[in-house]
Amino acid sequence: MIIELGHFAVLLALAVALLQTALPLWGARIGDARLMQVAEPAAITQLGLLAIAFAALTYAYVTSDFSVENVWANSHSDKPLLYRISGVWGNHEGSMLLWVLMLALFGAAVALFGGNLPATLRANVLAVQAGIGVAFLAFIVLASNPFARIPLQPEGRGLNPVLQDPALAFHPPFLYAGYVGLSIAFAFAVAALIEGRTDAAWARWVRPWTLAAWMCLTLGVAMGSWWAYYELGWGGWWFWDPVENASFMPWLAATALLHSALVMEKREALKVWTILLAILAFSLSLIGTFLVRSGILTSVHAFAVDPRRGVFILAILVVLIGGALALYAWRAPRLRQGGLFAPVSREGALVLNNVLLTVACATVFIGTLYPLALESLTGDKISVGPPYFNSTFGPLMIPLLLAMPLSPLLAWKRGDLLGAMQRLLAAALITLVTVTVTLALTWRGPWLAPFGIALGFWVVAGAVAEWATRVKLFSATASESVHRALGLPRAAYGGMLAHAGVGIAVVGIIATTAWQSEVVLAMKPGERGEIAGYAFTFRGATPSQGPNYQEQTGLLAISRGGAPVTELGPSKRLYDTPRQATTEAAIHVSWRGDLYAVLGDELADGGFVVRVYFNPLVRLIWLGAIVMALGGALSLSDRRLRIGAPRRARRMAVAAPSPAE
Amino acid sequence: MVPRRSVAREFTLPVTGRVARRASARWAATMLAVLMIALTPAQAVEPGEMLKDPALEARARKLSQELRCVVCQNQSIDDSNAPLAQDLRVIVRERLSAGDSDAQVLAFVEARYGEFVLLRPRLKPQTMLLWLAPLLLLAGTAILLLRARSRPMDAGRETAPLSPDEQRRLDDLLRTDGNPR
Repeated sequence: MIIELGHFAVLLALAVALLQTALPLWGARIGDARLMQVAEPAAITQLGLLAIAFAALTYAYVTSDFSVENVWANSHSDKPLLYRISGVWGNHEGSMLLWVLMLALFGAAVALFGGNLPATLRANVLAVQAGIGVAFLAFIVLASNPFARIPLQPEGRGLNPVLQDPALAFHPPFLYAGYVGLSIAFAFAVAALIEGRTDAAWARWVRPWTLAAWMCLTLGVAMGSWWAYYELGWGGWWFWDPVENASFMPWLAATALLHSALVMEKREALKVWTILLAILAFSLSLIGTFLVRSGILTSVHAFAVDPRRGVFILAILVVLIGGALALYAWRAPRLRQGGLFAPVSREGALVLNNVLLTVACATVFIGTLYPLALESLTGDKISVGPPYFNSTFGPLMIPLLLAMPLSPLLAWKRGDLLGAMQRLLAAALITLVTVTVTLALTWRGPWLAPFGIALGFWVVAGAVAEWATRVKLFSATASESVHRALGLPRAAYGGMLAHAGVGIAVVGIIATTAWQSEVVLAMKPGERGEIAGYAFTFRGATPSQGPNYQEQTGLLAISRGGAPVTELGPSKRLYDTPRQATTEAAIHVSWRGDLYAVLGDELADGGFVVRVYFNPLVRLIWLGAIVMALGGALSLSDRRLRIGAPRRARRMAVAAPSPAE
Repeated sequence: MVPRRSVAREFTLPVTGRVARRASARWAATMLAVLMIALTPAQAVEPGEMLKDPALEARARKLSQELRCVVCQNQSIDDSNAPLAQDLRVIVRERLSAGDSDAQVLAFVEARYGEFVLLRPRLKPQTMLLWLAPLLLLAGTAILLLRARSRPMDAGRETAPLSPDEQRRLDDLLRTDGNPR
């Protein structure tokens, strides 16, 4: 009964979404306020209905209702509660339901918090948002119904054990929130094109939504990478896997969008470009969904296994992306360009940022899709793997990171490059010292790595230098500096923090890539090995029984300079349903890096293969991502963004007595 | 212990003909794995495979990262524990021990398994676009930006022409020296 209720709620949501698309759009066109006002209650109703549907499916998972095909195929009554819940979105149909739920959530948020938007813009945005919803709800109803019933089965088939993991339980919701959050920017862009009007206020309204989406994407991508790092058992953290790329491309585009919207908000420049970028960012999210969902990535042939779904999503893609781009080609030339600027200026630097990020994004896109395109055109099968991405994407990041600290120190319209460089003198010195020290410490090479590390330091030091400049550290009195520091808007702190996060992540990436060490040994109990200054002794392996798996846990005693440090218990598990093996790495964390141990095969002579890796500073990668997301959150909490109305802030500033008088 | 070698990352062969629900569920399960970064735990190089000479072994590891495990999804033979990846690792080491250069080893493996095995595609007419794309895109945007700059400052800012109504009002104003009739 509850299941049927969920199914019915989805159908109702589709009907509501259809109304929400048609009526406000028409109302905005003929200027009928009552028709436009349909949008808000409709958006909130849609959220309510989809929440009911999602709750119904979750209920079926929690109670292990194996008369529901989706639950039967993806769950098992032995699974811990957390993974029964995360199983809801750990499969195709359920994750699509999560997708539309997020879409409705963002739509309802616009309806609730968009009170300061002009009526027509709000109506158009909500209508476009609902239009995306119509496409995906129709997809769920027609091609991937999560509520389909089957004759009651005694037991489910279980969730892939590598997915039974806390980081992965929350990875998809964050990623989807990011993907779908970009739909708001898309809806705003299309609405602006429909109205044929954009201004600084438009950019100001779009920015918080993009920021929220970007934050979720940052965390989602980082979580996926973190999971890959400790679950897959060889200490890698990024593989340029097409599925990873599918989530990385929207992130790159969203990062570019954040910066170009800044230019548009402050200077009314780059309007036409910002609109295009908003369309592209969400299009990449859609393409990401398509690539992952259609199965086209696994192999071109997988597409043929269930063509209905692939073709359906492809149709959605063509209509949404093609439609938006056609509208863009038609209406964008009418948008008035504003805000001229010199090449050396804040705008100029942000244009550079956009060029590099967009080209990097395009490179990832081309690298990911090239083999597919080539195979379908010529039949040639080639592989585009990490070596390609490292040697194309990497070099594009160097000028980006070099320019990063400069940009915030340049003035709008016409900047003083020399002045900005002078302010970065301390940061440059720190960078130089870093190169020298790192080169001296790691004289065995690789010789490029110290420059990479220094680049990371440059970015972090640059963020600090920006702060020092803005609070007039040392150049004004201490009390004035404190006053200025307190007076800086949160958005400014958010930006600096996010930049520093990038620098931190760069240091982690370079260090662990350049100086990872690894030891692979066949060990019998009592035997010793050494890595990166640590000594480890194998003490044997013991079997045990988990809730839904059998486990074999090895014991490694770790010491450093003769003193015991810790004991590591890497294990391997064999899950009952589906019958599949996983390795559980054991990780010892220190400030130098991670000692990462994996238990391998049992050998004929009673020994085991033991792998121990040392990943220097690897944690900085995710720490950097968290700092970036925190920067985003801080910026989002700035009341100027929340209120979104520059007018009111100005009035308050006038009303408040100036302290100088 | 049950064999650990999982085949989840190896291709499931495309299902041909009419296979109903089950296949679709299995496909969904495969997709599910693909969805969230389709990798199952794997460790590569076994101690028995490794070469005595550390310099040679280092070269072998480096080469292994350039070669694709052709039955896996996007794994290099260095990362994969599929039997085929193991065979390839052994071949790489044999060739290196026989005195081949890195390029010769890659060419040897390519000759046997096709270009698909190379994770770094060769530069040739079909991959020209792939390799030059970043440069072309950068050059393209640079040209666009330069052209935009070389245009006179007010280009693109011309105002919309007056409507007949506006023109009439303007004429009226001009005729009456700014004093409304």
